[in-house]
Amino acid sequence: MAAVRNMQRLWGIGVSAIRQQAALKTSRVLQQRAFRLNGAQCQQSFDSSLEKPQFPGASAEFIDHLEFIQPNVISGIPVYRVMDRRGQIINPSEDPQLSKDTVLNFYQKMTLLNTMDRILYESQRQGRISFYMTNYGEEGTHIGSAAALDSTDLVFGQYREAGVLMYRGFPLDLFMAQCYGNADDLGKGRLMPVHYGSRDHYFVTISSPLATQLPQAAGAAYAIKRENSNRVVICYFGEGAASEGDAHAGFNFSATLECPIIFFCRNNGYAISTPTHEQYRGDGIAARGPGYGMLSIRVDGNDVFAVYNATKEARRRAVAENQPFLIEAMTYRIGHHSTSDDSSAYRSVDEVNYWDKQDHPISRLRHYMTARSWWGEDEERTWRKQSRKLVMEALEKAERRLKPKPELMFTDVYKDVTPDLEKQKDSMVRHLQQYKEHYPLDQHEQ
Amino acid sequence: MAARLLLRSAAVKAAVTDVHGSNAGVSFLRLSPSCSLRLKTQKRHAAHFTFYPDPVPTQYGPTTKMNLFQSITSALDNTMASDPTAVIFGEDVAFGGVFRCTVGLRDKYGKDRVFNTPLCEQGIVGFGIGVAVAGAKAIAEIQFADYIFPAFDQIVNEAAKYRYRSGNHYDCGNLTIRAPSGCVGHGSLYHSQSPEAFFAHCAGLRVVVPRGPIQAKGLLLSCIADENPCIFFEPKILYRAAVDQVPTDTYLLPLSQAEVVQEGSDLTMVAWGTQVHVLREVADMAQDKLGVSCEVIDLQTILPWDKETICKSVVKTGRLLISHEAPVTSGFAAEITTTVQEECFLNLEAPISRVCGYDTPFPHTLEPFYIPDKWKCFDAVKRMINY
Repeated sequence: MAAVRNMQRLWGIGVSAIRQQAALKTSRVLQQRAFRLNGAQCQQSFDSSLEKPQFPGASAEFIDHLEFIQPNVISGIPVYRVMDRRGQIINPSEDPQLSKDTVLNFYQKMTLLNTMDRILYESQRQGRISFYMTNYGEEGTHIGSAAALDSTDLVFGQYREAGVLMYRGFPLDLFMAQCYGNADDLGKGRLMPVHYGSRDHYFVTISSPLATQLPQAAGAAYAIKRENSNRVVICYFGEGAASEGDAHAGFNFSATLECPIIFFCRNNGYAISTPTHEQYRGDGIAARGPGYGMLSIRVDGNDVFAVYNATKEARRRAVAENQPFLIEAMTYRIGHHSTSDDSSAYRSVDEVNYWDKQDHPISRLRHYMTARSWWGEDEERTWRKQSRKLVMEALEKAERRLKPKPELMFTDVYKDVTPDLEKQKDSMVRHLQQYKEHYPLDQHEQ
Repeated sequence: MAARLLLRSAAVKAAVTDVHGSNAGVSFLRLSPSCSLRLKTQKRHAAHFTFYPDPVPTQYGPTTKMNLFQSITSALDNTMASDPTAVIFGEDVAFGGVFRCTVGLRDKYGKDRVFNTPLCEQGIVGFGIGVAVAGAKAIAEIQFADYIFPAFDQIVNEAAKYRYRSGNHYDCGNLTIRAPSGCVGHGSLYHSQSPEAFFAHCAGLRVVVPRGPIQAKGLLLSCIADENPCIFFEPKILYRAAVDQVPTDTYLLPLSQAEVVQEGSDLTMVAWGTQVHVLREVADMAQDKLGVSCEVIDLQTILPWDKETICKSVVKTGRLLISHEAPVTSGFAAEITTTVQEECFLNLEAPISRVCGYDTPFPHTLEPFYIPDKWKCFDAVKRMINY
């Protein structure tokens, strides 16, 4: 109550200020003359060669010659690497010195994702699921970054980050359940395949509209900062999505509102068919970070240790300093954009082969492991067989499972089912009773 | 850019409008440099409505005289005091907002809880969704409802569908978006719009419009407490013009429930926001000039709307007039009309009448001819009674 009164008082002050202003306007001419006089006096007391710009919008010096700032795109921001294409550590001081178990886990998660991709891709080709998007070539970005996070750090993704969930232990059964939209799917069969999400794994449900997650991630990071819980938010997106207005919003809000967030851009060279030179003309995405006042780095996305190191340090500093970081992981989209796309229509098979055969995150890590005698042909063969079996079992189980009951269409639109939706549900149920032979009721739970 | 310039001037004009609607034109004249002291002939058209104050509510504890912007501040104040996670943000909210709705809150609750954002509506709503997803209360302000469209994607594709698409694992039910809406006398194309129908087609949202300070506070507190994303449109012409005795403590008015503000037997009239006051005056005119008894209903919540109250009234009266400022084609009156026609076919004695804005952008100097004022509504009543 006191507050309200206070506000009324404040408002009163506001009104009188405005009235004063109006009164001043009537003597505007006088005022202007006085102002001009003041201005002239100020000018005299300054030596213009010593003058510093006073503009509120930027802190900078004057210069006395015309010069446009050149973008540096020929020699761009360098790509941070820890190991070369043969898995050799280049600079020992950058070696994260991860234990054998940790590295084996990296490798197994990357290859398990790869196996799942192959099987689900085929499954779509056979018409068993409606849609799929593989992660070929980008497995290192997922696992390297996920490993550098705490397991409760909140993840906002685009759709090609299944490896993050894989690293966090999201069960194969639930990957499959989502793609099949069966009754076990956490999302109740409502979203297209690969739109995963899990509260238990702090992975916010994927949605199709690109870049919408960027400002959302900034908001979540702000709320987490206020909780004081030493957590960070990571937000993944492709270089194509970075062209959306929401990317601009997310970067700028994170910087001005000092949010503990890591923006992780997967620059894989293509947005469906659009190559990067039709996407932007600057030095990629990393070069935009400093424009927003954001610490930025470019890493080799096929080097799981480089990704790990960059993410680890960004996480440490983002939490400590409450400021955003931008990591641009350079990589290559080896697979088609999705199962609805044939990428040979816009790029050469040779180009794809180079990345698949010469510079792949999985083979690079395998070189590293082989050099340490942590992995050999036998382990590889056994693991391939085992991972394939795991995936096939999950797939068959998902395929056998019925889909959700049709009534689940009406829940979760609002927190509670509204009377209108209750009526619409009843009308559907009545309709189905009368026309059941025209609907795939046998495939759904009842 | 031009929009921002105009926005400033419109905000200042609104800020100098006197608390009593009847004096609005005078104080504007006094302060506007463009027509200072000179021409009586350019005196602005009188307000198109008369505010009907509500009786003093007794059930929610002590009351204070507040106009609509003060009752919004009071609701925000109550929320900030009771929920430490709650944050208020938007363009220029830190110094009190261009309509003074957040005055004093930053000083009272800290700059990490009441803060300016960059000038970017899609960012504001996206940011608000994120705050809500992380479990905190997010109260976002869009400076004018006219500028909510850059955030349309975040509202329609994201906020509205968050809970559904995640199977209830994630939601942004903690998000409330406030935006000043409706005509203001001189707001022209981009400071006058009533965009509620665009959002009425989007399952998952609540869309709410209050008609006065008492409703504004109670409905806003309900929106903030509600576990669904809400859009709260505040009729900006009422910010100072509408004054009620408003309870100072927290109280909730039910969402998705219309209110019969005046009972009648011959004709049902439905509106929301400022237009409720127009219809109340029309009801008085109809009684005086035609001896017709009108039932006036304030819809209050556009989505999901209260079909039952409207249909019950039409079953009784047999006639329905719906009026809104927004353009007629696909305006929300169309939805009400169809539903009532389906539910009350045997009770209707005349075609349902819609008195709305024309299907044009909202004009500047032509505003008096554009709005569905009391004379247009009165004429419609006359024609319906004589049908």
